[in-house]
Amino acid sequence: MSSKVHVQARINGDDVEFLCEPRQSLLEVLRDVLGYTGTKEGCNNGNCGACSVILEGRLVNSCLVFGFEIQGKELQTIEGMGSPEELHPVQQQFLENAALQCGICTPGFIVSTKALLDKNPDPTEAEVRYWLAGNLCRCTGYDKIVRAVLDAAKAIKNS
Amino acid sequence: MHAFDFANPQSVPDAVGLLQKHGDRARVLAGGTDVIVQLREGRRSADLVVDIKEIPDVNVLSYSATTGAKIGAAVPCYRIYGNEEIAGAYPGIMDAASLVGGIAVQGRASLGGNLCNASPAADTIPTMIVHSAVCTVAGPSGTRQVAVEDFCTGPGRNVLESGEFLVAFDIPAPSANSGGFYLRFIPRNEMDIAVVGAGAYVVLNADKSKFESARIAVGAVAPTPLFVREAGEALAGQAVSDASIERACELARAAASPIDDMRGTADYRKHLTGVLTKRAIQGAVQRAKES
Repeated sequence: MSSKVHVQARINGDDVEFLCEPRQSLLEVLRDVLGYTGTKEGCNNGNCGACSVILEGRLVNSCLVFGFEIQGKELQTIEGMGSPEELHPVQQQFLENAALQCGICTPGFIVSTKALLDKNPDPTEAEVRYWLAGNLCRCTGYDKIVRAVLDAAKAIKNS
Repeated sequence: MHAFDFANPQSVPDAVGLLQKHGDRARVLAGGTDVIVQLREGRRSADLVVDIKEIPDVNVLSYSATTGAKIGAAVPCYRIYGNEEIAGAYPGIMDAASLVGGIAVQGRASLGGNLCNASPAADTIPTMIVHSAVCTVAGPSGTRQVAVEDFCTGPGRNVLESGEFLVAFDIPAPSANSGGFYLRFIPRNEMDIAVVGAGAYVVLNADKSKFESARIAVGAVAPTPLFVREAGEALAGQAVSDASIERACELARAAASPIDDMRGTADYRKHLTGVLTKRAIQGAVQRAKES
């Protein structure tokens, strides 16, 4: 039996310490150890993007990262993006465009969109669609999501 | 997932020591986009996962116009296509690095992992073959060099012996008047696994009317990514023409031995091998003319 690992990291600007088993993914650590349940488990094999987080400024699938790998690293999750009182512009535009139905994929889309707009504040529709190809939604047909992302880019630019 | 321990060695000898001690019960972790899924699904098992990412040698990313590129085995795709010098020198490698998975996968997945995973359909292997990339492998008796075209031995299998791991790639600097290109066919527009992939690297003469040399490799049509040496050799000395390119495509089609599976039938893949080889050569020629 392996022993637990002690990990220190920064999550959404807060210093966090936890113990995890080496086999636990970052996704399991976030949800089951730390209670950050905004990050969702979809396919658990890197295809659906529901577990998207931003690690050291790069978009990654948290199901494809071990918890021990974030030692000393900076992580951003959906919990760091806005509050019910003050939504992030991406969240606001997802609401205004009705860019969600069941909602399970939404945190992943919003985190992935943030990573896109941090890098490319004025993406074309094609760039949005390619960037989000790693996030699957089985409800919306994507058009409303793409419109929400383009509107969020405009909203951020005008703010 | 079965329980295992992990280690994060800080040097090549430390990693080799751990891999030698644990033999086939150890697994190397770089970007994890294949190995974590395999461990989770029970397709591979391990008592020790060796995270090599803290070893400086596997994170090297450098380019010189005389000696070429050195790319550490664990360097993720986004760092490779984000490096302007390397992206400019090896557009065929950029084609492939920006096709691996989606953006989130490219944040972690490496050329080294793609090669060690040894999928017949791996996108970056044909392009590394045509650019004559050479692997540095570290092991108990020191380091050895292995050409990328000799690395894979079957689906999911490679030449690494117990205690060995892939450290880095050396890629020769591109010749004058050269161009590289990789493309694949997939039913979606993005985020899919190649039905067939094809890479080409061509060197043209000074007035860019003839091939001086060429290298062709294809993916997903054999048990390993396939270097079609004879297709490139058939182009050497020939005029850049539809006829010479068609001859190379025939040789690539002849070398392909695909299977039927959920992504396509063997006949379809044979056909695609010709089509994609042609487009890869044409794309490489275009880039050579623009160089």
